[in-house]
Amino acid sequence: MSRIGVFICHCGENIGRTVDCAQVAQAMGELPGVVHSVDYKYMCSDPGQALIKQAIKEHNLDGVVVGACSPHMHEKTFRKAAASAGLNPYLCEMANIREHCSWIHEDRAEATEKAKGLVRFIVEKIKYNRPLSNIFIPVNRRALVIGGGIAGIQAALDIADGGREVILVEKESSIGGHMSQLSETFPTLDCSQCILTPRMVEVAQHPRIKLLAYSEVESVDGYIGNFEVKIRQKARSIDVSKCNGCGECTKNCPNKKIPSEFEQGLGFRTAIYVPFPQAVPNIPVLDRDNCALFKGRAKGVKKQVCGKCATVCGRRAIDFDQQDSFITEKVGAIIVATGYQLYWIGKEQESEILHGYGEYGYGTIPDVIDGLQFERLASASGPTGGKILRPSDGKEPKKIVFLQCIGSRDRAKGMEYCSKICCMYVAKHTMLYHHKVHDGKAIVFYMDIRAGGKGYDEFVRRAIEESHALYLRGRVSSLTRNGDTIRVQGVDTLSGEPVSIDADMVVLATAMRPQPGITSLAQKLSVSYDLHGFLNEAHPKLRPVETNTAGIFVAGACQAPRDIPDSVAMASATASKVLGLFSNEQLEREPLIARVDRQTCTGCFHCERVCPYGAVERFEVKDRKGNLIKVIAEVNQGVCQGCGTCQATCPSKSIELDGFTDEQIFAAVNAL
Amino acid sequence: MKVGYFPGCSLHATAREYEESLKAIAPALDLQLEEIRDWACCGATSAHSTNHLLSVALPARTLVLAARQNLDRVFAPCAACYNRLASAQHAIEHDKKVASQVESILGASFGHPIGVLSIAQLLSEMTDRIRSKAIVPLKELKVACYYGCLLVRPPEICRFDDPEAPTSLESIVTAAGAVPVKWDKALECCGGGFSLSRTASVVRLGRSILRSAKDSGAQALIVACPMCHSNLDFRQRAINRSAGDDRPMPVLFISQLVGLSMGLDPVRLGLNRHFVNPQPFLSTISAGRVEHREQA
Repeated sequence: MSRIGVFICHCGENIGRTVDCAQVAQAMGELPGVVHSVDYKYMCSDPGQALIKQAIKEHNLDGVVVGACSPHMHEKTFRKAAASAGLNPYLCEMANIREHCSWIHEDRAEATEKAKGLVRFIVEKIKYNRPLSNIFIPVNRRALVIGGGIAGIQAALDIADGGREVILVEKESSIGGHMSQLSETFPTLDCSQCILTPRMVEVAQHPRIKLLAYSEVESVDGYIGNFEVKIRQKARSIDVSKCNGCGECTKNCPNKKIPSEFEQGLGFRTAIYVPFPQAVPNIPVLDRDNCALFKGRAKGVKKQVCGKCATVCGRRAIDFDQQDSFITEKVGAIIVATGYQLYWIGKEQESEILHGYGEYGYGTIPDVIDGLQFERLASASGPTGGKILRPSDGKEPKKIVFLQCIGSRDRAKGMEYCSKICCMYVAKHTMLYHHKVHDGKAIVFYMDIRAGGKGYDEFVRRAIEESHALYLRGRVSSLTRNGDTIRVQGVDTLSGEPVSIDADMVVLATAMRPQPGITSLAQKLSVSYDLHGFLNEAHPKLRPVETNTAGIFVAGACQAPRDIPDSVAMASATASKVLGLFSNEQLEREPLIARVDRQTCTGCFHCERVCPYGAVERFEVKDRKGNLIKVIAEVNQGVCQGCGTCQATCPSKSIELDGFTDEQIFAAVNAL
Repeated sequence: MKVGYFPGCSLHATAREYEESLKAIAPALDLQLEEIRDWACCGATSAHSTNHLLSVALPARTLVLAARQNLDRVFAPCAACYNRLASAQHAIEHDKKVASQVESILGASFGHPIGVLSIAQLLSEMTDRIRSKAIVPLKELKVACYYGCLLVRPPEICRFDDPEAPTSLESIVTAAGAVPVKWDKALECCGGGFSLSRTASVVRLGRSILRSAKDSGAQALIVACPMCHSNLDFRQRAINRSAGDDRPMPVLFISQLVGLSMGLDPVRLGLNRHFVNPQPFLSTISAGRVEHREQA
């Protein structure tokens, strides 16, 4: 016969107002197997926990049921209390009579009856609980960081400075990300490159960081502490060990008219190129789609068409026949920091939920540019040398209209979220414009000004008061060409008047979206993502940089729109999580995972097919002489998340979830 | 092809030429227009600006009649009628509460769902036929296609063409042999029902539409709505006077342009009924003559 103790919590008024806790405690005391049953104002308080500990010792309890809040809230608390009194923690369980009962019902009598049912459910279940002990798995104390923008750089440096090895994978040929494209940064107007490039160099020179630029993650296997990652190193057509970054090849490349991605299409690059002068690593990459030699090869021309770069390379580093290569790295934790892309207002959209801006001409009007293009125009290293000039005719615009919330906060365009950074960078743009074109007029159409952050609102006020930006609250209904100006039709909702402005240039603060390919990466990592492709954190408040897959963390704008300070803070948070994980050689985890009965398993592997985590492995059962008897399923303790799908699927009932066995569930259901 | 035909008030009155031209081109397009017997007002604009239920019930009655006439599709040439009928059909299909209220008001239950067609939808289905029947070369006639506010909107009800950058009228006039120009006022408001109550606003709106059409090099404006036509044709003298611009711009219904490409007599197409004299324009494509009366 069991010796179970029941503890009913009032949670102040939270439960006590709707549920008669004393009555529940009394009724539970009458159940067979229950030897002790009490109620108390706050079970989670120190005196409350003392009640439990004392009762375990006094009544020699072999099971503890706490009728209180959700187990998400306090299961750990009560299990710890039980353990300190010498009871196996997995013999302590909670019945949720708050979220599942008192908070959602009004009738006291009915709620009390329901609470009795909920507690009785757990009492019957716990009779079949067995002591479990935590599992220990080894940890490979190296980290992988995916994405070499400011978030990835920060995370890699923090982990490496903390004494652990880091592999940093970047899909472009240089690290730096979007931050390297920015001119100045809000709210201090310090030069983006000046603060970023030293960090980039640090990454390249750090003895514990292995930088894999121009590479992508191909596949991910394993589990927390023991990931195995296959990385594709894309063919640069350059032997990295020979190249010294002298730049002769780029100087001599005859194809100089390729729109530069780094300059957002406002400048040009060569076919063999370094995206920007401060690139890390400072090694060129050959764009085979635009290279005369490769175009010639594709056409089947026998004679080599160009090859000028190879001729001028003193170190013979150019390798036209280089192929993609693959390497495998073993790591214990992964940080995803893949960043963002900007929404484009064009007609063709990659996703069905997104819609373009026909009312703004679907992006066909020259001199209607986006925020990143304006950054390049304002940047001293940009295509205009820092002069604000119109892309169409190179004239200096005397009137620029800035439109906020393009795509963002607009359900009709498919993105109902706020992109967070636009209010701030538009204010910054008006200042930069005012500093460079003194007689220029900046007009901003906004929905709300969201300037939450240290020094942020003051910054927007400076734009309005010192740089004389005209802020109009309202939307713009259409952008049309009007001679060589752009007719902006909108409304000022504060005065209630329609507004028509002929602007020389229009800058759209388009929405932040996750990088293309994020969903396929998320699937490789078993990390969930939202409707827009932003990766989901494990808990929006309490576990903001963890994901639901143990050992995988998120930093920066791949999780939600983020500015630089936020991204850096998140990156450091992931680094501290990773360093914490790496502080032990072994990892302890809860034993609530699936277990296979080797006697009865027939090896049908239905469980393997349904397991969402890939936790089921194959195990060969051999006799003493080493002859194979049968192949059966085995659960990898590190990977299993305890979801129970296998248990529901197994035809021979040979796989059971510890803590939630069929026996326990049936006993509980029968008690209802 | 047989479709139900809902002329609405204007096609029997101010836009008679729209009906005349539709009936003139219908045989060549193998199109039978079966008028819905005992149809009533579509409710625009008075009903839907005062009473939502009335604005659904009025066109719903017409849809019930169409179903009784065994019609699957109803063609409403007027953009406002089209909008009201299509909105009512949408409400019947998507708002159960309104649907049952309207059924009890009408004392009739809804039959099969009715597809409501605008002129843009109807003629878009027939571009091949229009192309094959176009015997009069329009000689690269440049036209500006004007949609106004309701022809392709709202998108969730119309589910046809791009609500912000539509191309269906352009594809129809191209099939007829004309050349659509690129211009940016195709979706602007013409002033709608404010022609009498706020004439100055209608003149101001018409001015920007006509100026843009002229600047784009168009020789004629193509419309698909009697209200747009009235505001841009009947009011054009006032518009031009206010703009200090004496270049007249003929305003044609799209059915009239299709009829011209088929070589039909301009008078049969009702081109003699316009306020802006279409003769100079007709001469450029060597179509027949119309007797144009100078109208006040």
